[in-house]
Amino acid sequence: MTLMDHLIFFPVLIPLLAGIALMLPGLHQQVLRQRLVGFAANVLMLLSAIMLLQQSAGGMRTYMMGDWQAPFGIALVSDQLSSIMLILAAILGLTAHLYASAGDDQRGPFFHPLFMFQMLGINGAFLTGDAFNLFVFFEILLIASYSLLIHGGGKQRTQAAVHYVLLNLTGSAFFLIGLAIIYAVFGTLNLADMAYKAPHLKSEDLALAKSGALLLLVVFGLKAALLPLHFWLPRTYAYTSTPVAALFAIMTKVGIYSIWRIHTAVFGDHAGVLANVASDWLWPLGWLTLVAGTLAVLASQSLKMLVANLVVVSAGTLLLMLAISTEQSAAAALYYLIHSTLIAAALFMVAGLITEQRGQAQDRLVRSRPLRQQGLLGVLFVIAALAVIGLPPLSGFVGKLLLLQASSAGYQASWIWAPLLISGLAAMLMLTRAGTTIFWRVQGAAQPSDAVHPLKLTAVLVLLLMSPLMVVLGGPLTELTQSAVSELYKVPVAVVEVTP
Amino acid sequence: METIYAICVGAMTAGGIFLVLRGYTFAVVLGLTLLSYAVNLFIFASGRLVVNGAVILGESERYADPLPQALVLTAIVIGFAMTAFALILALRARSDLGNDQVDGRTEIHDDLPQRQRSNTGDDA
Repeated sequence: MTLMDHLIFFPVLIPLLAGIALMLPGLHQQVLRQRLVGFAANVLMLLSAIMLLQQSAGGMRTYMMGDWQAPFGIALVSDQLSSIMLILAAILGLTAHLYASAGDDQRGPFFHPLFMFQMLGINGAFLTGDAFNLFVFFEILLIASYSLLIHGGGKQRTQAAVHYVLLNLTGSAFFLIGLAIIYAVFGTLNLADMAYKAPHLKSEDLALAKSGALLLLVVFGLKAALLPLHFWLPRTYAYTSTPVAALFAIMTKVGIYSIWRIHTAVFGDHAGVLANVASDWLWPLGWLTLVAGTLAVLASQSLKMLVANLVVVSAGTLLLMLAISTEQSAAAALYYLIHSTLIAAALFMVAGLITEQRGQAQDRLVRSRPLRQQGLLGVLFVIAALAVIGLPPLSGFVGKLLLLQASSAGYQASWIWAPLLISGLAAMLMLTRAGTTIFWRVQGAAQPSDAVHPLKLTAVLVLLLMSPLMVVLGGPLTELTQSAVSELYKVPVAVVEVTP
Repeated sequence: METIYAICVGAMTAGGIFLVLRGYTFAVVLGLTLLSYAVNLFIFASGRLVVNGAVILGESERYADPLPQALVLTAIVIGFAMTAFALILALRARSDLGNDQVDGRTEIHDDLPQRQRSNTGDDA
């Protein structure tokens, strides 16, 4: 075994070690050192994720913890899909950390270690090949997110956190019940093994397996903001601190990813009677999420709330694509997922910068005094807005185009195109209104405030740069997304011996 | 044995869900505790119930599934930590919001911007 064979474990190991190190005496309370270690760990995570993507081009790789034999040991699996998600998480982590390092990290204790544990949970959830470990990594990312959410304190945050924590704790209980049912029926929790066994279940077990699968859908729906379970999201995202909100942009995507891994790969087309159990539910609920998100966008009273509702819209769009469940729709969804995560994070950061310079008016859409750096923030806002609405030449346009193409078959088009296009229109309306209010409905002298911190500006620019980059590299990227999701639709094979 | 076990788990889940749906954080935390007890028992039963069975080969005539026992151990630890966190958060919410209503009925949310607006008078 060379070091490269252990590469899969690195995205979990790096934040774990960094997180522990950051709490030790040499680093604790040393602001500069903490920021440097956090930055270094994020860069290392990005590098190892890129190396993993290169490695997984040759096919799926499995890593057995402690060298226990599959399917009994704990498996980490890296394929193109998980590598892409890891890179996305690493880019987001890097930029959110940069933004936080400009001063937001000092508003409460333990920001940096918690940030690392958050990354640990996210990376682990993307890499795990075992349903129970998915639960464990979910809990790690959740408990870190609970604390990050109230970072900085304040009544609004505490209140949002109460809802978020209680809902997710109940969700965890449901997750465990679902897992126990699945274990009782399948006799395994290894995802690859489950996929192989799904078509061969005894007929008396089918109802149980189905209820287990749908219970898991409830849990992932809670994370991914599926309609009746999405009410926690706008307030949580709008009230938390800016870098945390930017990092949370990937949290709904963890739910989407898990639905892919469980409901597309395990209970997908090959699962016999259980094939596509989730689709019947995802169709109406995903559609309603999109519509409800659009209405909420139109009703938003502040910029951060508006962005949070745009996150709900993108979640609804992705869930609809998951409901169609063809390779083409999954590839389009993956492209749109990358785009919407990066742009949502960028918008949260821009909203944070605007809030800083607006004094008492904060991010509310009301008349106020002009910002100190009207021009700079205005340009950033326009670019981010163009990308999220889906106007050319930015990645939102390509993403929406791919979505429309993937859903153009027959009756699907009539159901999906209208809400999808109207959601774009609603976003355009509200972002125009927000932009004109914030930048033009001003009176008096400029608000006295600090200029934008260079680190924060760098973070926003990096995220915004990704959007044109995704258009320029559109060809290779769409090919990559297609080959990445094709793994989800492969006919499952028996898991006997996966160790090399 | 299965029937009694199932009734116990069901009763605890029902009690847990009833308490979780209450409007006060203390009741909700209690409900979550009950729910996690029920879940732990449920996981334990997912490997089928066996009396006098060993989990190690060659130790007895009958065997019990060792995996749910390992799973339940993990679930207990995580559930314990989460409950502790929820309790601390509930206390924090009690002091921050002035009551232990889960929605924190202290008019602090969406109507705040409106009030500030009318106070500062910067909405034309």
